[in-house]
Amino acid sequence: MAKKEVDDRFKKFGTVSFTAITKTNDFIDYLEKGKIMGSRCKECGAVYFPPRSDCSSCLKSSMEWFEVTETGQLLSFSELKYGPVGFEDDLPYIIALLDYGDYKVFGRISGDLSYEDLKVGMMLKPKTNVLPNGQLNYIFSRP
Amino acid sequence: MKKVGIIGVGQSNFVRGYPGSIRELAFEGFKEAMGNAKIQTKDIDASIVASAPEYDKQRSPAGVIAEYLGLIPQPTFYVESVCSSSSTALKVAYSMIMAGLHDVVAVVGFQKMSEISSSESQERMGRGADIQWEAPFGTMMPAYYAMYAQAHMAKYGTTPEDLARIRVKAASYGQINEKAVYRKSVTMDMFSDPESNMSANVAKPLRVGDCCANADGSSCIIVASEEKAKAMHDKPVWILGIGAASEAVNMAGREMLTGLSVGIEAGRQAYKMAGVTAKDIDVAEVHDCFTIAEMMAYENLGFAKPGEGKDLIASKETYKEGSIPVNVDGGLLSKGHPIGATGGSQIRTIVLQLREEAGEMQVKNPEIGLVHNIGGVGLYGNVTILGR
Repeated sequence: MAKKEVDDRFKKFGTVSFTAITKTNDFIDYLEKGKIMGSRCKECGAVYFPPRSDCSSCLKSSMEWFEVTETGQLLSFSELKYGPVGFEDDLPYIIALLDYGDYKVFGRISGDLSYEDLKVGMMLKPKTNVLPNGQLNYIFSRP
Repeated sequence: MKKVGIIGVGQSNFVRGYPGSIRELAFEGFKEAMGNAKIQTKDIDASIVASAPEYDKQRSPAGVIAEYLGLIPQPTFYVESVCSSSSTALKVAYSMIMAGLHDVVAVVGFQKMSEISSSESQERMGRGADIQWEAPFGTMMPAYYAMYAQAHMAKYGTTPEDLARIRVKAASYGQINEKAVYRKSVTMDMFSDPESNMSANVAKPLRVGDCCANADGSSCIIVASEEKAKAMHDKPVWILGIGAASEAVNMAGREMLTGLSVGIEAGRQAYKMAGVTAKDIDVAEVHDCFTIAEMMAYENLGFAKPGEGKDLIASKETYKEGSIPVNVDGGLLSKGHPIGATGGSQIRTIVLQLREEAGEMQVKNPEIGLVHNIGGVGLYGNVTILGR
């Protein structure tokens, strides 16, 4: 009997991934193609980032992907001097939140921007990124 | 409507590296509460045990602790909402009593943070919020609160000095609280002194001095129906209002970054139920896991208008002699923050204040007190209003 294949693509997300199996696994395929995707409910139009496979507005499970392409406004950020286990080689690094009106995107600031370069309210653009350990994430940089 | 009263409160010393097991730790808070409730274990109809399970080696600790406290064969329940676990347990106890299921319930909160090694602890720290979408970027509790601080500073002009004032206040009371883990004073100068540990960055803009002290500890609150409370205690403290709320686990799901929506919503419910407003509160315990958390609590609970929390602390209105004394037991910042025990310890402080048994920390003649206890980074909020 053939061994059942496990779809654990999500283990590639981030410096350390804590989730391997999710119905939103296609997010990883899009990241590999350089695209950052959110999800939109085909039934009621509710928009989600991070993407989800089920709609909490109408309770349907019929989603379509949309791409996050534009700039978002920097809502807040913090530079970490200490990190959790597995993130030691990344330190120091900056986490941040961008506002897109209908949704927000949480992620990492690009290494070429320093803490002093950042100001709440400025516009930043997300792009996909391959980490030194081969993992995938996305980072925010100057448009 | 019938009432629910508190007839016993207790807590262990909050310490680094408690020299005993979790059941022995839980016994310390329970013993003190039973001492001032002046009842026997057979008088307790049920127990609720609260902790954050990621720090426990013991699976399902409720049964183990209930047996050690002499509370079998009565039913026991386990409740968790991270840092607000024991406030949530108090709400469950309140509901059980109001429903007529039980008359006297013991709420036992505990946490032995040193139960796991520091590397295990560091590993868990990274999984404090949304593990699927945010933890892979390398998140930590201080960094999330730092993002709130950054947004608060950008919108209202709050400064690191404003935050430091909150730590200085906490330390001034931690020094006189014999149960506190951090008994030393903290001065404003330490925050600008590169030689002082207090000024070291943890997650910009938060520094070591902005962060609470981890600790091992336990707490216990014994609650009773109106009839039993009046029969068992000559100074019962009454639960006048009790509110709770939840919020999106990830930052991307949040509307507000300059305050905690759960604090506002739980507060709104508790004020409404108690029929009082912020002006009626004589003494408060708020969840100061970080200095910015206390600043936001001032504003979210209506002690100050949004953006004016900094003026409240600058004018020392939240000191013992001020118009709204806050965390005059040292708070989480100096008394310490043993996750599952924290809410019960806050309740204990307010009950002692209302009974006028708070010793050196006593506020003048308080009649109504408030407890604000947050779980996670504003994931869960609990506000409880107590009166004499």
